[in-house]
Amino acid sequence: MADAPAKPFSIRRQTGFGFIALCCFVLLYTPILILVFYSFNAGTSIAIWEGFSWRWYEAAWQNERVVDASITSLKVAISAAFLATVCATLAALATTRTAPYRGITAIYAAINQPLMVPEIVTAVALLIFFAMIKVYTGYQGLAYLIIAHTAFCIPFAYLPIRARLENMDLSLEQAAADLYASPWQTFRHVTLPLMAPGILAGAMLAFVISLDDVVITEFVKSGGQDTLPTYMLGQLRRIITPEINAISTVFLGISVAVVTVFFLLNRKGGSSS
Amino acid sequence: MHGNLDAIPAISAQQVTKVFGAGPGSVTALDKVSIDIQRNEFFTLLGPSGCGKTTLLRLIAGFDHPTSGRIDLEGSDISYLPPFKRPVNTVFQSYALFPHMSVAENIGFGLKMLGKPAAEIDAEVEVMLKLVKMEAMRDRSTAQISGGQQQRVALARALAPKPKVLLLDEPLSALDLKLRKEMQIELKRLQHETGITFVFVTHDQEEALTMSDRIAVMSAGKVLQVGTPRDIYDRPSRRFVADFIGDTNFMDAELVSAGKGSDSKASLKLASGKQIAASLPDGDMSAGTVTAVVRPEHAWLTKPKASSVLTGNLETIVYFGTDTHYHVSLATGGMFTVRMQNARGQAGEFSEGDEVGIDIDADAVQVLRD
Ligand SMILES: Nc1ncnc2c1ncn2[C@@H]1O[C@H](COP(=O)(O)OP(=O)(O)OP(=O)(O)O)[C@@H](O)[C@H]1O
Ligand SMILES: [Mg+2]
Repeated sequence: MADAPAKPFSIRRQTGFGFIALCCFVLLYTPILILVFYSFNAGTSIAIWEGFSWRWYEAAWQNERVVDASITSLKVAISAAFLATVCATLAALATTRTAPYRGITAIYAAINQPLMVPEIVTAVALLIFFAMIKVYTGYQGLAYLIIAHTAFCIPFAYLPIRARLENMDLSLEQAAADLYASPWQTFRHVTLPLMAPGILAGAMLAFVISLDDVVITEFVKSGGQDTLPTYMLGQLRRIITPEINAISTVFLGISVAVVTVFFLLNRKGGSSS
Repeated sequence: MHGNLDAIPAISAQQVTKVFGAGPGSVTALDKVSIDIQRNEFFTLLGPSGCGKTTLLRLIAGFDHPTSGRIDLEGSDISYLPPFKRPVNTVFQSYALFPHMSVAENIGFGLKMLGKPAAEIDAEVEVMLKLVKMEAMRDRSTAQISGGQQQRVALARALAPKPKVLLLDEPLSALDLKLRKEMQIELKRLQHETGITFVFVTHDQEEALTMSDRIAVMSAGKVLQVGTPRDIYDRPSRRFVADFIGDTNFMDAELVSAGKGSDSKASLKLASGKQIAASLPDGDMSAGTVTAVVRPEHAWLTKPKASSVLTGNLETIVYFGTDTHYHVSLATGGMFTVRMQNARGQAGEFSEGDEVGIDIDADAVQVLRD
């Protein structure tokens, strides 16, 4: 026995591994599958199956409040993803394209702050802060939501961009400068095209994160500024119909699509560098 | 007037010092380096790892700036000019080809940044592709060509804007031996055809000796000797240079008469008591104890005789095919190596343990400065 060749340790061969893994998958996906399933229910219950129908998708499509919330969600997510990506790109350039300088760790911490501070704390702080501004300016628009979303999306946009820049050979930029490219031309013709997959990935990640947010949105939004998630949260306090399942399913579809594109982009970027 | 212009060196480094960092942890990568590199010259920086070759090249390219001293390009100070304003191009050790551009786009990049019209760029790219024999690859991506081909593209890209000086930092070190030999010849050809001044970095002494018009031997941030390959090999002026390049016998000796200048002959008294003529390095040398060097191929073995310059016991014989190395333990102490060509028919005359005499070619003894 002792001289039997030792197999390399593999977690997959440990007893119970398969069972635990199965439990995890069941726990993760069963509720989602049930939710999707009942979105096609012909009846009004979210738990009693009465046959297949598209009626709740039609109902959601014709529900003005759902449409409004969707539009608000898209406006906020697109603006926040754009602004966060611009900030994150600049931050990534400033933290990878310079010699190490004093305080760079503090800057990393500052950029990643939204990942560390509990979301509810940020939400309350923003609520109070924006309330003060609202009192002084009287402005009630969407800008508050966009600014808040931009802030917490920056670290998500920053990480893939920074990863991309760190894998990029510094001598490429030196070669460009050596070949008469001014700093702006070097950025335009070499740095930007090479970091583009990272930027795109960062933007998509920021978009999904913004689309999904509930806590901060709930605190910061003014009247009539429901996003899709806060609208759904509000609905849950009333009578629940499979309409909410239908909305959730569409929402899920969009998120999965964006995240899939994100992974494909990342893989392509990784293999070409 | 024209002759006067030609006398201005392509690159002139004057007392260039480069210190990295500050305080006790600082590194002096270059220490008061002064070199003149003439136009149209194939100039090589040769030295061991960490001696400051890359640092000097980066200062000439503009990626770094000297801590003190200045660098002139054709007579005007460029010490603090950014890289994109210098008519100097670099072939990077890693090639640094742009991965998102084709071979042709890479080669045309410099001309495009200089704002040349598209037609002119296209024409020049064709010329360059032909020059480096890469016409068939013009539209390939840089990931789809071999290491040797990438090397050629890097060369063409750096040559296309017709720089005044081309800098090459160990451009052949990533290639296998055969390709390396080919590219050595190729580089010499390109330098001839373009008439551009090449500054070439290597730590391979053979490569330096075969390719260069002149060589600067560097050690620990200092330039120890500048000269033609023959100068550097036959007339090393420093112990480090003699040791770094080729095999050498070092001998302690007594300089009988003081001498002056490189061509003057002096008389040396060896430990064996024999006197021998020797060349002196540049500058004054005062009489006293000195070190002299003799290359192994400038000495030969004889039966011991009264006129032998050195005598000793033949310890080992190492056969190398074209020649044989004889390691002799000298009667006065120390070892001496003699290298004789086997074609001369002397092989077999001596065997290990023999008492032998050593004679040295006239004009083959060089006195070192340190
Ligand atoms: N950016 C830097 N910061 C600190 N020290 C440096 C820096 N660049 C070079 N040095 C130091 O300066 C010295 C000379 O380095 P350099 O790269 O010029 O050597 P080299 O002759 O090119 O060596 P190699 O043959 O290994 O390439 C080394 O001791 C190196 O550690
Ligand atoms: Mg180097």
